Amino acid sequence: MNRSGMLAALRGIVWRDLLLALRRRSDVATTVFFFAIVTSLFPLGVGPEPVVLRTIGPGVLWVAALLSCMLSLGRLFAADYLDGVLEQMVLTPEPLVMLVIGKAFAHWIVAGLPVVLLSPLLGLQFGLGSDSLGVMALSLLLGTPTLSLIGSIAAALTLGVRGSSLLIALLVLPLFIPVLIFGAGAVTSSASGIGAEAHLSLLGASLVFALAFAPWATAAALRIAVE
Amino acid sequence: MELERINWFRFSSVQAVYPLAGTLIPWFAALAMLCMTAGLYIGLFAAPTDYQQGDAYRIIFVHVPAAWMSMFLYVVMAGWAGLGLGLNARPSLMMAQAVAPTGAMFTFLALLTGALWGKPTWGTWWVWDARLTSELILLFQYLGFILLQAAIDDRRRADRASAVLALVGVVNVPIIYYSVRWWNTLHQGASVSMTATPKMAATMVTAMLLMALGFWMYSIAVTLTRMRCVILERERQTSWVQEMKVS
Repeated sequence: MNRSGMLAALRGIVWRDLLLALRRRSDVATTVFFFAIVTSLFPLGVGPEPVVLRTIGPGVLWVAALLSCMLSLGRLFAADYLDGVLEQMVLTPEPLVMLVIGKAFAHWIVAGLPVVLLSPLLGLQFGLGSDSLGVMALSLLLGTPTLSLIGSIAAALTLGVRGSSLLIALLVLPLFIPVLIFGAGAVTSSASGIGAEAHLSLLGASLVFALAFAPWATAAALRIAVE
Repeated sequence: MELERINWFRFSSVQAVYPLAGTLIPWFAALAMLCMTAGLYIGLFAAPTDYQQGDAYRIIFVHVPAAWMSMFLYVVMAGWAGLGLGLNARPSLMMAQAVAPTGAMFTFLALLTGALWGKPTWGTWWVWDARLTSELILLFQYLGFILLQAAIDDRRRADRASAVLALVGVVNVPIIYYSVRWWNTLHQGASVSMTATPKMAATMVTAMLLMALGFWMYSIAVTLTRMRCVILERERQTSWVQEMKVS
């Protein structure tokens, strides 16, 4: 197991998953469309008061990002599990952890990055100022990779299980709470003039923590699923 | 009895655990009854009425021990899960499964009694206080564990997958607690502080500790009973269970 081989495997996995996503563009579009429609529902439900919308905007955008990330988690390993590719991947000499990191990274590019790019536009619907929009995108940029990493644990645990898509939601949403708090908190505190540094640092810390531990938990869960 | 003499690995067999649990249950059940009766007597009759809260405060004799147990049992559950994964021991994983419903019950009890106490004291059923919120999320984590355990048909996989979930959850609980606390303090001053409790009378502390001890013994008794059910259910095809049915 040498380092260049590991990196090549990582690159191969990311490339393969991106290619697969590109071939099934509607899957990606569904996630983004879901994010847009959920955020657009809130003004309709709460009422068009600009003050109220500005207050709830960051939280709504973040919750919608959480939900759209969660929706696409079911696809992370399911197809590979069903056609037996996952079993072959577990058997390769490359460490399973690298594979997990690669798949989580590809998931983030497909499900997380579009949400980050779209968030300033949707933030305008809530009347957020330009500073808030910047912090919003930045917090999502730092937070959504963490969601992909933590989510991969739940996706691996529920592989091939009855009602797995609902179960993923129940397992993963409690684990997402810290990211939600720091992420939405960053936007709120920057809008109120406290400055977003503390929250953004905590988001970065969560990302590092998740990167250090989540792939191992996911790898263990995958081994349990295919054994 | 010297501890070194006991072959602990004997209890990696469920057949050895089943009778052991059977012998222990009555003792723990009796201890639980004793402690809880004494605790309730001291708490409800002997302890003085609080000059600020009146008699409403007496719910803490159930509330605080239940909250303690809810967190403690999660750690116990994760401990059994980690032991089971590490040693590949089936009874440990079964213990994790047996602890979960009791833990969820105490979490629910803590939330319920907290709401009942909050209404007369704070004037509201619920506040988004750090402790309340993390207790609620703890309940979700217990339910997630139970549901994952129930959703997988293959018992070995169900045990091991939910064990991984329990271990992930035990890392997550402190993170959630601190994130909620910071979230609350960064937004607004905590409306109610539970850390600055007035000094309690000695009788109150005694009652609370007795109740906590009683709940602890109750948890052991109930968990072991549930453990026996789990063993019987899973081992119903084996010869030793079949022989037991005959006798």
